[in-house]
Formats: sequence, structure tokens, C-alpha cells
Amino acid sequence: MRNEFAKTLTELAKHNKDIVLLAGDIGNKLFDNFKAKYPDRFYNCGVAEANMTGVASGLASSGLRPITYTITPFNTARCFEQIRLDVCYPNLPVIIVGTGSGLSYASLGATHHSMEDIAILRTLPNLQIVCPADTREVRACIIEALKSNKPTYIRLGKKGEPKIHKKIPKLKIGKGLILKKGKDLAILGVGNTLSIAKECTEYLAKKNIFADLISFHTPKPLDSKLLGSLFKSKKLIIIIEEHGLIGGVGSAVLEWANLNKKDASKVIRFGGPDKFLTGCGNQKEARKLIGLDSKKISLKILESIKK
Amino acid sequence: MDIKKLSNKLRFRIIKMSHETKAPHLASSLSCIDIVATLYESVLKIKSKNPKWELRDRFILSKGHAATALYVALQHKKFINEKDLKSYTKKKSLLEEHPSPKLQGVEAATGSLGHGLPIGCGISLSAKIKKKNFMTYVLMSDGECNEGSVWEAALFAPAKKLNNLCVFVDYNKWQATGKSKEILNLHPLKEKFKNFGWNTLEINGHDHKAIFKACMIAKNKSKKPTMIIANTIKGKGVSFMEDDNNWHYRTPTMHEVIKAKKELKL
Repeated sequence: MRNEFAKTLTELAKHNKDIVLLAGDIGNKLFDNFKAKYPDRFYNCGVAEANMTGVASGLASSGLRPITYTITPFNTARCFEQIRLDVCYPNLPVIIVGTGSGLSYASLGATHHSMEDIAILRTLPNLQIVCPADTREVRACIIEALKSNKPTYIRLGKKGEPKIHKKIPKLKIGKGLILKKGKDLAILGVGNTLSIAKECTEYLAKKNIFADLISFHTPKPLDSKLLGSLFKSKKLIIIIEEHGLIGGVGSAVLEWANLNKKDASKVIRFGGPDKFLTGCGNQKEARKLIGLDSKKISLKILESIKK
Repeated sequence: MDIKKLSNKLRFRIIKMSHETKAPHLASSLSCIDIVATLYESVLKIKSKNPKWELRDRFILSKGHAATALYVALQHKKFINEKDLKSYTKKKSLLEEHPSPKLQGVEAATGSLGHGLPIGCGISLSAKIKKKNFMTYVLMSDGECNEGSVWEAALFAPAKKLNNLCVFVDYNKWQATGKSKEILNLHPLKEKFKNFGWNTLEINGHDHKAIFKACMIAKNKSKKPTMIIANTIKGKGVSFMEDDNNWHYRTPTMHEVIKAKKELKL
């Protein structure tokens, strides 16, 4: 995802002269092309995320389109107040990009995990949050975020994620993408868990259970229209996210169901536990550890359907 | 108007506002009003009829708790009117106890300390990128220099050669609950910034000529960002408020307002 991010941005910066890329001393070689082409629009801000976010605010208030880029926990939790007051309060079009979200950097330890970013950031007024599922969604969502002119947080994985879309999808921020239709239930993948969601639909299809496969890439604003139709027509709504269950997308959907008087018991959430993960190995192993495994999830779904 | 007279006029207005609304931070506003008055009267290139003018000089009151000092200056320069000023702290007013970005003439939401300098760095950088010729001024408090983000920005500005940035520290040696040297000692503050790569100046922060001169050095002569350590007296201008930290939170009685007026020779 990060390679696609760098590539897309380098392309867009050719025509959009307002794009300024700020990096928190990360992306060694990743931005070489961008730097070579636009040396006055790339700034390594050092390991100083609070300042980087404030700088982005100042650039945006002068009409530029800054994008801040570093590892997710440092670009979100570390500088939360700068995002809150310098970006969201004055409603400035800063794009905050977190790389290595969720358990992308599982083996680096809990310091580099990001299982809280959606939870904390969705409390902020004016901010939209997008979690692209693959490189093609990355491209689409950067273009949409720039078009929207709103404060936006883009939650990236790392690299080598499976490609789900065959071509660039018509992604709109706040509108889920239905990739496959199925009459019984809906499985919503958030960002890089879409591939798990896809495997689940395939597994269940063999058992004659048919599910919608949805890329639910926008935790905020929620796609009310889509949720409304899912609660109406599906037996179960499954949400899979590489993020803690507290405050994540599943939580947001439960809040939505409560507010809109829908049957929240239809929702089954899969995500991380309320604890710091240590010794969890690589991303694949860490996912297994917390139950983000297509077979395990599918079996749980089958169990729930029987009830 | 003579800048000294203007400063005293604004001082008195701040005192009255504090009396009328019982809002704190009076001494913090009095400490920096000479700097604010000089900037608005003699330094900043701004247009009240076009507050978002692209080439305007920017001023960020990073010590947002001194909002009344900013409000009286904005009223003096006709960014807001007398009625706005009277609405300070009232329901539906944009004049809150800390500046809101929704208010005309306010460049950043401040009040949480340590935000103004990074934002000021971003604005200065935008001028470099767009090759525009305006200055960005930031006013911080000394207590504010406790915040880590100030020092992140202190590294950033010289590294990115932001010589279009001019910053004041209102160095009155007090913070909310005590003497700054007894809480997190900043001394030697000027040397700290100098070692970080700033053009540093030390002045009497109540000497209007010195304030103006320092701004002109920052604007015309410096290849580095400029940090002006302005030695000030908290509560300056009213004998019974000067250097008495009770006035960080205390508000004056009517009797004290009258006494202050006399002292300010108004």
C-alpha cells in the first residue's frame, strides 16, 4: 500500500501544485521520486509528529494541501491534540496518513501496533476516516480525499497486501463498496481485512450460505444508506477489522444501530482484544492469535446462523 | 496615536473586561500588551476589510489565555467592533476566553499551549513554498516553553531556514502556579534558542521602540528565524498588580479599576 501511496502522490503532485508531503523521518527511498521531482514540496520533519501536524495546519491555512506521513501510532495517538485543535477545529484540509496500521508491524511489538487509532480519531468532529483495502483503493481514496477538501485520516497497511479489486474502484468516501451479492448475510471488511472477509464468503458459499462482500472502507462518516438496507435484508452483519473491538468500526455500527433503532444483535464483530499484544510473531501469526482467521470466523458465523 | 498612550488605553480596556466578566488571566494580558500593541499599530501589514488577504502578515497569539490583549487590538484595528468586544465570554459570542479560529483576524485556535509555534512554522514554510513575501509573528509565554512541541518547532524553524518567522517569548518569569524558575527552569532561555540555531535578541518587552526595532531586524536582516526574549513584568502598568501572580486568576473590583485608571493617566 505504501508504494502505491508514494506512486499516486507523485503522479498527482504533477498537476496539483499545492500538494506538500511531510514525512516523520520514515519512508527511506520510498519518496525518492517525489523528492527528485518536487524538492520544494517534500519536507522531512524529523521524529517530531506534534510539530509536523502543526506545520501541516499552517500550510493548509495558507491554501496548500499538506499530507503528513509516518507510522500509524505516531501520526495519530502521539499527536492527537494537534489533529484535534490544529486540523479538525479550524476544519483544514490536511490529510493524515498512518502507515503500518493495525498489526502490520506485529513483530515490532506493541509500541508499533495500532489498534486504537480509529477509536480515538472518530471522536473528532470534521474528520473523515478512510481505510483502503488494497492498492487500488489506496489510489482511489487519495484522489477522493484531495477532492473532498476536508480533514482526512487515511489508514494504510504496509506492503504486499493481496489485490482484491481488478481495477481502480469507483470509491466514494462514506459509501461502502459491494463487491459481491449474497442473500443471507453481509460480511464487511475494514481496510486490510477485506481479504479475510472475501475468504469467509468463499468458505460459507461452499456451505450454501451466501454473503454480501463489502469493502467498508469508511469508518466515518458511516454509510447510513447501506447500513439501513443491510439491517433490513440480512440475518447477520459481520464486521472484521484489524483494530481493537473497543471503539472500532464494529462499535460505530452498534452505535448507529442503537441510534436508528435497528436490531443490534444482528451484528457480530471480529477484532482485537482489550490487551496489549506481546510475542505475537508476524502479522499473519498475530491475526491468528486474536482470531482474525477466515476459517475461525466462518465457523463462528455458521454457529451463529444455527442459533 | 502615540504608542505608549495606545498601550495604556488598551491596558485599561483589558482591565475593564476582566472586571465586567470576572474572566481570569488579566496579568498575562497586561504582560504582553505592549508587544501586541506595537505589532498591530506599527509592524503588521494587515487589512481589516480583507482579513484573509493572501499577503497579510500573520500574528498568532500562542499564549491564547491572553485573549483580551488580542481582542482589544483587533477592535482597535477594526477587525471586530465595540459590540463584539462587549460580548466577550457571553453566550453566542465568538470572543471566548481563548481565541477561536472562527473569529475574524484570528489565525489559529490557541489556548492549549505549544500549538502556535508549529502552526507559525507551517505558515512561514507556506510563504517560502509559494514565494510570497510576508512575515509570521508568534507570541508565546514562558510557561508555554514547558511544552515539548515548542522544542520540536524550535528545531524545525532553523532547519528549514524560516527567516520569515519572528517569535516573542513574553518572559515575565511567572507561570500559572508559581515562579517559572522554580517549576521548570528555563534559564538561560536566550542561549537555548541560540544553540538551536535561532537569531536571538533580548529586549525590554515594555519598550515600544525596542520591540519595533527587534521586529525590523527579524524582517530585514536575519538569515535565520528570530527569537525575541522579551523581559516583561506580569501585570505591567498597574502598581498593585505588577509581579503579583495572584492576578493570574484574580479579577479587579470597581474600586481597583478606578485606581488603575488613575495610574494609567487616562
